[in-house]
Amino acid sequence: MNKILIVDDEPNIVMSLEYAFKKQDFEVFIARDGSEALEILKHHIPNIVLLDIMMPNVDGYQTIEYIKNTDSLKDTKVVFLTAKNKASDIEKGLKLGADKYLTKPFSVKKIVSEILQLLA
Amino acid sequence: MNNFSLIIIIIIYLAVLFYIAFFAEKKRQSKWVNNPYIYTLSLAVYCSAWTYYGSIGIVANSGIDFLPIYLGPVIAAPMWIIVLRKIIRISKQHKISSIADFISLRYGNNRFLGALVTIICLFGTLPYISLQLKAVSETFEIMSDETSYVSTSIIDDSTFYVALLLAIFATFFGTQNTDASEKHKGIIASVAFESVLKLLFFLVIGIYVTYFLFNGTEDIYNQISVVDNFKELTTLSGVEDGFNWFFLIALSFISVFLLPRQFQVSVLENNREKHLKKAIWLFPLYLFLFNIFVIFIAWAGKITFGDTQNAEYYTLLLPLKNGNAFLATLVFLGGFSAVISMVVVSTLALSTMVSNNLIIPYGFLDKFIRNQPERNSKYIKNIRRISIFTIIISAYFFYVSFSRELSLYAIGLISFVIIAQLAPSFFIGLFWNRGSSKAAIIGMIVGFFISLYTLVLPFTWQAYTGTDHFIQQGLFDIAALKPYALFGVDFLSPPAHAFFWSITFNVMSYLIFSLVAKGNYRERNYAEMFVDSNSFTSLQDNAFVWKGEAYVSDIKSVLVRFLGDKRATRALHLFFTKYKLPSDTQLADARLINFSEKLLTGSIGSASAKILISSVVKEEQISLVEVLKILEESKENIVSNRVLLEKSNELSKLSSKLKDANQELIAKDQQKDEFLDTVAHELKTPITGIRAATELLMDEEDDMPHEIKKKFLKNILQDSERLGRLIHNILDFEKLETGRLHLDIQYNDIQKTIQKVLDSISHLAAKKEVIIINRNLHSFKTNYDEDRILQVFTNLISNAIKFCEPKTGRIEIDYKLGNEVVEISVSDNGKGIPEEDHKYIFDKFYQSKHQNTIKPQGSGLGLAITKQIVEKHHGKIWAKKNVKNGAILVFTIPFK
Repeated sequence: MNKILIVDDEPNIVMSLEYAFKKQDFEVFIARDGSEALEILKHHIPNIVLLDIMMPNVDGYQTIEYIKNTDSLKDTKVVFLTAKNKASDIEKGLKLGADKYLTKPFSVKKIVSEILQLLA
Repeated sequence: MNNFSLIIIIIIYLAVLFYIAFFAEKKRQSKWVNNPYIYTLSLAVYCSAWTYYGSIGIVANSGIDFLPIYLGPVIAAPMWIIVLRKIIRISKQHKISSIADFISLRYGNNRFLGALVTIICLFGTLPYISLQLKAVSETFEIMSDETSYVSTSIIDDSTFYVALLLAIFATFFGTQNTDASEKHKGIIASVAFESVLKLLFFLVIGIYVTYFLFNGTEDIYNQISVVDNFKELTTLSGVEDGFNWFFLIALSFISVFLLPRQFQVSVLENNREKHLKKAIWLFPLYLFLFNIFVIFIAWAGKITFGDTQNAEYYTLLLPLKNGNAFLATLVFLGGFSAVISMVVVSTLALSTMVSNNLIIPYGFLDKFIRNQPERNSKYIKNIRRISIFTIIISAYFFYVSFSRELSLYAIGLISFVIIAQLAPSFFIGLFWNRGSSKAAIIGMIVGFFISLYTLVLPFTWQAYTGTDHFIQQGLFDIAALKPYALFGVDFLSPPAHAFFWSITFNVMSYLIFSLVAKGNYRERNYAEMFVDSNSFTSLQDNAFVWKGEAYVSDIKSVLVRFLGDKRATRALHLFFTKYKLPSDTQLADARLINFSEKLLTGSIGSASAKILISSVVKEEQISLVEVLKILEESKENIVSNRVLLEKSNELSKLSSKLKDANQELIAKDQQKDEFLDTVAHELKTPITGIRAATELLMDEEDDMPHEIKKKFLKNILQDSERLGRLIHNILDFEKLETGRLHLDIQYNDIQKTIQKVLDSISHLAAKKEVIIINRNLHSFKTNYDEDRILQVFTNLISNAIKFCEPKTGRIEIDYKLGNEVVEISVSDNGKGIPEEDHKYIFDKFYQSKHQNTIKPQGSGLGLAITKQIVEKHHGKIWAKKNVKNGAILVFTIPFK
């Protein structure tokens, strides 16, 4: 079973994503910010992390850095899902090791298919 | 005596003069050649055939009217020590070569003025030379056996040959060097010799006539007093005569300065200023001696001949009558000397002017530039020679055409009047620096034409038309334009009359145009240098260095100027010791020159050092003035550099200000961009939520459980509201930022406003079960925009609710009156605001400098707008520091 960690501080968005992935039989973990995500990551190893950037406390960049530097998470794919859509942002995100960089607003269907593709 | 032997005598005499001149040139430095006596005697070139013969004619015919011509110089002589000295100094400074040069330079090196002066001098001197030729011719006739020989052709006219001889003599000695400012020691020496001779012979004839032909002065006096019009001849008859005398004295006063030959000998050929001291009394003495016997000779002649002979030649006729051919020959030679010196010096001066101020500037300049220097000097010499020849030959023709009718005296005065036209520009220009070139030119032209009209035109017209209609009736028969009685002034003799009118109009034009139009910068510079010549040089008597020699003292003065007294003295001392020379060595040799050049190179560079030292050696008195010029220029450069520096400083200040402003603009732009970015970002969030939820609702319509559907719909609603609020806030904020928002200030009650807030927000608080307490229930009325302040309250309280814990949350609203403000506070017991965020919470979204991806809680536009509103009310808003368990936000509204 695929495990997905959704990290975003907007509850409405999270709700939609959660529903969509649960429908795909994913085990869904939710974090409202980076620190919560790190907490979860200590105990679980998801296949994929859907990561917002602009979050309180610990932001997306710090989170991906942690993931990339954590041995146990080396197989975990990280996908940015953010409203930051400038070329420089995308570049930065990919440089930091993101497997994919997706922007808001998004189509739920699309996100799901992209993630499935990645995990295929 | 026949023609032939006379000519031989003349040739011998010329040879003697030639030899003297040659000798003097060779022994340039000898005391015999450089002394004040030679100088003064050279000044006596003033006494030409006019003095020699003409004055006697005047005495015989119109009494003591000859005196004014000599009173002028006598009056002028004491003034030489000031005026002439100044002129000499200036001429030395600027290497002036002629009076045309002098005047042209004074008015800004004005080429046209130089040419104009040259032309006037030509017109003025030509008649004078012709009168000399006339005198030679007539005395030649008297001396030779053939009387009243009227030559019909030039070949027969001995005068022509005399003229040629003079021309050759003048040419040879006048054009040795192309540098016209070099002294013509030879010519001056021979002129001095001639002056001695003419005085000597005149005195001899005077003594002869008075004491040998008669029994002394008393005898003559007694004999003459019985002649009819004696009384008339010896007194001034009335005011008219007084005027005539006045103007004639003025005329001769001017002439002793400005006649080209006088300018040449008194200024240009001057060696030492101190010679002036002797000249001041020696020259009047000479004139006095010359004129002692004039009256007696004239009277003697009158007594002897009555009115049968030309009185002008009594000096020849009397001895001849008494069979004394030898004495007559001496007199003739004396007269001839007078002629030669006048002609040679005049043509010398004139040819220099013609070549320097007329031909070279206007004609040959182009050729001049292209040629080699040797060819140049050849060109100049040839030009000068041709000029001398042409002038003398023209004078000859003038003599042939006009001089027969006029007396020597009359011709001389014509010459004086024409030359006098230079006087206003010359003298006034010497002391008044406002005198401008335009004024000088106009004055001269006006004066010249008036003098032509009143003096030259009448007799030439008469000579051509044979009638004196013009003289009697005036131009076009206008009485006021009678040439001898302009505007009715008919009591003056023609020369005085001409002088009066021409000078009056000349001076008037000069003054008017000088006051009306200032000269240009160059002119004014030169004017200053002339008028204020003393500050431009410190000349001592022996500061002049003449050809081919350098005096140690001169070199030293140059050194002192740059190295200072001590250093210069020390350096020279070293030099003398090194080369074992006595320390009072007068003359400098090549070693000293080299040594000095090297010394100066350190201070002023090698090129300038060379120029300075070589100029001292070559007698160019440029050193000080040129140096001053250089200093002036470099001072100007420094000043303009300073000005440039100041300007460039200003510019760089300006440009840095511009840079700053630009930076500000860029920053603002950046801020704007960032703001827009943030706005877009913030808008995207609710939109994303709406979109996602909607999509799911649509796709999962059948599969989605009802509860979840409701949830999603609620989300959509929430997000829509959020979006709406956000958009509203953004617009508000934008209005506030750009100042387009206008407050609706009314007189409101704080209490009422608080109540309104509580009413509207109560349901929100109730939802979270948070308590809001209103502490201060008093009314307070002041001026503010209620809607906006409501907005402020709403924002602060809703923030407080957000950060409070549910159920336990407690919010307090309070206000108190402070110093001219009402202070309102909203406090809560919620999370509080971290110390490091205090700065940022009122910023829109994020502070641009700290591009934090970490959002401080509660930021957005709400507080930013709140702050704007408060500040638009001229109030302040802040978060209290060091608050435990919560946050207190305070804002003030001022009241009067």
